[in-house]
Amino acid sequence: MTGSPMSVPLPAALDAIAQDFLAMSARDRLTLLLDFSDDLPELPERYVGHSELLERVDECQSPLFLVVEVEPARDAASSQDATVHLFFQAPQEAPTTRGFAGILHEGLDRLSVSEVLAVPDDAPYRFGLAEAVSPLRLRGMVAMLSRIKRQVRVRSAA
Amino acid sequence: MAVAADDNSKFTDYAHPERLVSTDWLAGQLGDGAVANRDLVVLESDEDVLLYDTGHIPGAVKIDWHLDLNDPVTRDYVNGERFAQVLGERGIGRDTTVVIYGDKSNWWAAYALWVFTLFGHPDVRLLDGGRAKWVAEGREMTREVPAQTAVDYPVVERHDSPIRAFKDDVLVHIGQPLVDVRSPGEFSGELLHMPDYPQEGAMRGGHIPGARSVPWARAAAEDGTFRSRAELEAIYLTEQGLTPTDDVVAYCRIGERSSHTWFVLTHLLGFKKVRNYDGSWTEWGNAVQVPIELGPR
Repeated sequence: MTGSPMSVPLPAALDAIAQDFLAMSARDRLTLLLDFSDDLPELPERYVGHSELLERVDECQSPLFLVVEVEPARDAASSQDATVHLFFQAPQEAPTTRGFAGILHEGLDRLSVSEVLAVPDDAPYRFGLAEAVSPLRLRGMVAMLSRIKRQVRVRSAA
Repeated sequence: MAVAADDNSKFTDYAHPERLVSTDWLAGQLGDGAVANRDLVVLESDEDVLLYDTGHIPGAVKIDWHLDLNDPVTRDYVNGERFAQVLGERGIGRDTTVVIYGDKSNWWAAYALWVFTLFGHPDVRLLDGGRAKWVAEGREMTREVPAQTAVDYPVVERHDSPIRAFKDDVLVHIGQPLVDVRSPGEFSGELLHMPDYPQEGAMRGGHIPGARSVPWARAAAEDGTFRSRAELEAIYLTEQGLTPTDDVVAYCRIGERSSHTWFVLTHLLGFKKVRNYDGSWTEWGNAVQVPIELGPR
């Protein structure tokens, strides 16, 4: 799948992350994934203790919650230009899941609605992680992405 | 055995006390240099492939059930050549004492131990209480990955039949003791997978006819250690009516949780013939025309 001429390109920030992963050995990819896990931003205060506001991603091996905010553009040109903000919560004991969330956060946070919706659904397979963590585990990241896009769609619908 | 057993008084009641070590014992071995001089290799086996990397017991080496112990193509365990490679590169020889610990009350550690047993590794033990107990006791953790010197591990043929059951074995076993260690909802057929876990693609819910529902975690105390022999006997012998001479098959979803129960029945209660059906519900719940029973028991 990686590098197929037919594939839809990743947004620049996500693509840069993918290139970093692909330049590494499988072992180093795990180390980088751990960095993303370590650096996953904390849930903002307004969501702490409000799990009813968060969506649970059941497909992840460990409990992961996410929420999407869509901030309208200043000139309110189009809802497609609104800015997407992503927030995640996952326990420290689930570093793989946190790492997936960290990649999506760094690669997608602050993009526009149209940019997030254009992210190809096979994006999680473009980091060379299948051989590092196993394809089974990667399904959690696929589910995260699809739930992010669904929330963006719902929240940006005018 | 390369390293003397832990003579902890709790373990002496068990049928095979040499299969368990305590956190105190392991800390002592680390202090005495058993790990440094490679008489003892400590392995961490977790559900999450990165958990080891966030911090582990000093000197411990990672082994991953999926990447290291499962064949990447066929739904099976690795063969003798690959097993020899996985162990050899971790500094494990055939006579090395191996202690395995992990997350989730040693659920994945027990799975690794069971696979080691398929290859007849002589001295493999579990750390009672696993990773959580070590952490809860405030013991040292490190992110430093130990330098490993590869050793030769012989290519040993995997010997499945004594402790592993296949679907056809289970079909002829129906009527004899079967232990379903999944959650009650999975057992009754109400759920197709574990609560809070991803659906792994079973077409049908329920359990194998005649199976008893004994969720695996009943064998673990709150701190993740195994329950005492008396407590385990109350569950498996008194309540479930099993006897150590029974021919027992245990199963779950893919054979990991049932490895924990296999360990309890075999090594702690001394059952002579316990097989783990690792095809478990992901095979049975998809197989055509196999009998299925619904409802609680």
